[in-house]
Amino acid sequence: MPALEMKDVRKVYGSGEQAVVALDHVTLTVADDEFVALVGPSGSGKTTLLSIAGGLLRPTEGIVRVGPHRIDEYGPKELTRFRREFVGFVFQGANLVPFLTARENLLVVSELAGADRRHARARADRLLDELGLGGKADRLPAQLSGGERQRVAIGRALMNEPELVLFDEPTSSLDSHLGEQVMQLIRSEVKGRGTAAIVVTHDRRMTHVADRTVEISDGRLVDQGA
Amino acid sequence: MRLAWRELVRRPSRFIVAGGALTLLVILLLVLGGLLDGLTAASTGAYRSLGVEAIVYSGESRASLLRSRIGPEERAQVAGVPGVLAVHGIGVALVAGWGPRAAEPVDLAVLGYGAPTAAVPSPPEPGTGFADRTLAEEGLRVGDTVEVGPARVPVRIVGWVDGTRYLAQPGLWVAEATWRQVLATARPDAVLSPGVWQALLVQGRGDPAELAARIDRSVRGVLALTLDEAISRLPGVEAQRTTFLQIIGVTVVVVGLVVALFFALVVLERVGMLGMLKALGASGWQLAGALVFQAVMVAGGALVVGGIASVGLALAAPAGIPLELYPSRLVTTAVAVLAAATLGSALSFRRVARIDPASAVGGGG
Repeated sequence: MPALEMKDVRKVYGSGEQAVVALDHVTLTVADDEFVALVGPSGSGKTTLLSIAGGLLRPTEGIVRVGPHRIDEYGPKELTRFRREFVGFVFQGANLVPFLTARENLLVVSELAGADRRHARARADRLLDELGLGGKADRLPAQLSGGERQRVAIGRALMNEPELVLFDEPTSSLDSHLGEQVMQLIRSEVKGRGTAAIVVTHDRRMTHVADRTVEISDGRLVDQGA
Repeated sequence: MRLAWRELVRRPSRFIVAGGALTLLVILLLVLGGLLDGLTAASTGAYRSLGVEAIVYSGESRASLLRSRIGPEERAQVAGVPGVLAVHGIGVALVAGWGPRAAEPVDLAVLGYGAPTAAVPSPPEPGTGFADRTLAEEGLRVGDTVEVGPARVPVRIVGWVDGTRYLAQPGLWVAEATWRQVLATARPDAVLSPGVWQALLVQGRGDPAELAARIDRSVRGVLALTLDEAISRLPGVEAQRTTFLQIIGVTVVVVGLVVALFFALVVLERVGMLGMLKALGASGWQLAGALVFQAVMVAGGALVVGGIASVGLALAAPAGIPLELYPSRLVTTAVAVLAAATLGSALSFRRVARIDPASAVGGGG
């Protein structure tokens, strides 16, 4: 079963003459362990596609499946639960909670889900170890470097053992060297877990680590990659 | 909740402004409430200490002891009303008194009574009296003789009684003869014939309201009130209570507005973080609950600090300031402040609900 399946998805903002088509009949399939880079110019629809795939937005038309979940039919409550349990997000600039330590930033996900605390703490510590942050679990984001913050964000995205991880410009605030390292880390983490991932990026230099690069322009997929 | 608690603990400076403002408001609420309770106690203590079911005034008196006159005939009729167990007379004279060591006179409510009350023993010998303990703060002692009224009627203090002030004047409880003597010299125009009292204290069985109504129906020309009704109709008591309660009510509303404004700003400032948490799967209720939790904790902190400060103020207040902080006042203030904080923070619910989780991603096109 593919990790993500989008069929004829349209997203229109506004109505009548004010209507803006953000996604225009997009069809995309991401295999269950595939690492896809999504590139395109500003305003091309990358964010909208990512938001719909992650259950942050509902499509105007079309079918969206994440694993067995037909999320285009979900209401707001079901989408909230879906995001909490089945997808992982890494936002631009890491976007960590500033007053929580690295470990607690990972535990936020399990606390929102009301998961067993002891089990969640063990998983958070294991993830931080794997991400090379074992000795920095009790540090606040302000005490971490940009690359370390991004690694904490990756750990947070993996906390709920998601079927699909969505990365929104994960290297935008990093220099090219650090960006390359983070992309390699993302690849090794998702590949090591057999998790599918979509990385939105404007930096084509970072796309070579992906299995496939999908290009979007004016709301349409113009290149689905090899 | 853990997230909200950690923010409170790790970033207390963010909440200091709101906490400080709430602390000042809590102190204001407790001081206002304490003054109300102190003034009420000072005005109504004598009545509260009576421990009777009803008080009977003359019909035209509008429940004023000083305007009321009840003769032996009415007294006999009241005593005959079913449910009435005992009837005794009471009267008051508001006069000045001079102690043996005081240069200035003290205000006194000289109360003549015919039988022991809940707080005052049986009437003493003529020429003696039980004094409200607040007179000890005026330098009087048991055994002192106070010269009472313009004729300087001597009354020797034979004991203290507590909480028996009448219209803010300390009570001096004396025998019928002594009271009549004081009244006759202080108010020659209001001399009462033997057997005529200003009001009757009624002990009875059953519901006090029904008893008072029965007396009203059975005896013409009298006004029978329950003790609570009589207290509320003491001159100035209701007006004083209403005024203070209105100020207290407005202050509680201000508490709610301070919390509402503060958390509206907090939400505005945290839109990005709240959007990110929603994207991670936080429900609007979870985030709103965290806001209420923080509001209640900040208000709770303000109650603790403000409560301690207010108790300190009450202990340090000079004797002339009627500031009385009762546990019930602390409890009602705490409930009101916590309720106002909850409602105030709840005003941000809609704003939280409208935060779009999709706002957490973006900028990439």
